[in-house]
Amino acid sequence: MNQLANFTKGFIKENPVFVLLLGMCPTLGVTTSAINGLGMGLATTFVLVMSNLVVSLVKNFIPDKVRIPSFIVIIASFVTIVELVMQAYLPALFEQLGLFIPLIVVNCIVLGRAEAFASKNTLLSSIIDGLGMGLGFAFALMLLGGVREILGSGAIFGLKFLQGDGMLVFVLAPGAFIALGYLIALINRLKKTA
Amino acid sequence: MTYVIIIIGAIFVNNIVLNTFLGICPFLGVSKKIDTAVGMGGAVVFVLTLAVLVTWLIQHYILTPFGIEFLQTITFILVIASLVQMVEIILKKVSPSLFQALGIFLPLITTNCAVLGVAILTIQKDFGLMEGVVYAIANAIGFSLALVLFSGIREHLDLMDVPKGMRGIPIALVSAGILALAFMGFANLV
Repeated sequence: MNQLANFTKGFIKENPVFVLLLGMCPTLGVTTSAINGLGMGLATTFVLVMSNLVVSLVKNFIPDKVRIPSFIVIIASFVTIVELVMQAYLPALFEQLGLFIPLIVVNCIVLGRAEAFASKNTLLSSIIDGLGMGLGFAFALMLLGGVREILGSGAIFGLKFLQGDGMLVFVLAPGAFIALGYLIALINRLKKTA
Repeated sequence: MTYVIIIIGAIFVNNIVLNTFLGICPFLGVSKKIDTAVGMGGAVVFVLTLAVLVTWLIQHYILTPFGIEFLQTITFILVIASLVQMVEIILKKVSPSLFQALGIFLPLITTNCAVLGVAILTIQKDFGLMEGVVYAIANAIGFSLALVLFSGIREHLDLMDVPKGMRGIPIALVSAGILALAFMGFANLV
């Protein structure tokens, strides 16, 4: 497969959030601001690339029957690394994302790519696939976080451009569902005309 | 009294799906019919309670005494995965009728982040064993309540004349948002 197409498919065509509808919990849970969404997306990207890399390397040594548990152990190890590193160097972001960092383990995108892609493809394509999918996920989270931040608090990346509070509901739980619903409808529309 | 607060808090105020955003995948995936939603809810009540019981014991009798808390994520997910598998095998042998009812939902539960999430939350909130189990049951009931309510809404949505671009997931998400808005009315209840 063309490596460029392999890399770019994660952004729109097979975007994990808008098209495949995977990993919805962190998508809705952490996107109260663009920066949180980006942080979560990049943490997931790291786990995705590293687990794709390792799965692709060991795919021939793992018996078929125990492959899913093995993949989960590999993923969980990298999640633990992210958890410890973030706690040490980015304590503020770690505090914000909280529970959703250990929950990267059960993010369906990571296991999904390991099972559907890395366990069948070469090392290089697996890494590129992980990078593309991860950045696509980060892009989706940043977009949703940005929309919620603009509507909810009249700011973007923490810079306020409106006086007052904005529509508070978009920062709260219901706004996450509503904003994502309309974004998916919009992306579907864009895909049709493109 | 604390139990009452834990139960009301977990079911209504901090509903696990509509407020904490855990278990969204099954919330969107198996909410097309009320029957399947009830089945999934039952399976989650069962597994979540067992999972919290086992992970609590592991945390307090193995991880903490040996000072290896950093292995929490790996240990918990493995325990939950094997637990689900075990429940499936035992249920098949002991109660085929219950297995029939819950069967297809059990494997899906491993990747339900509500289970791992509540297991970790129970440890973070420093609950005792009894409180932890009550918290788990209450959360599972909250999950089932949200799931069943939402599947009822979606059954009605099927009959509605929804604009073409909004059909399917987009309108479902917007309805979930309105449901979450309704649940916000419970804020400050406890």
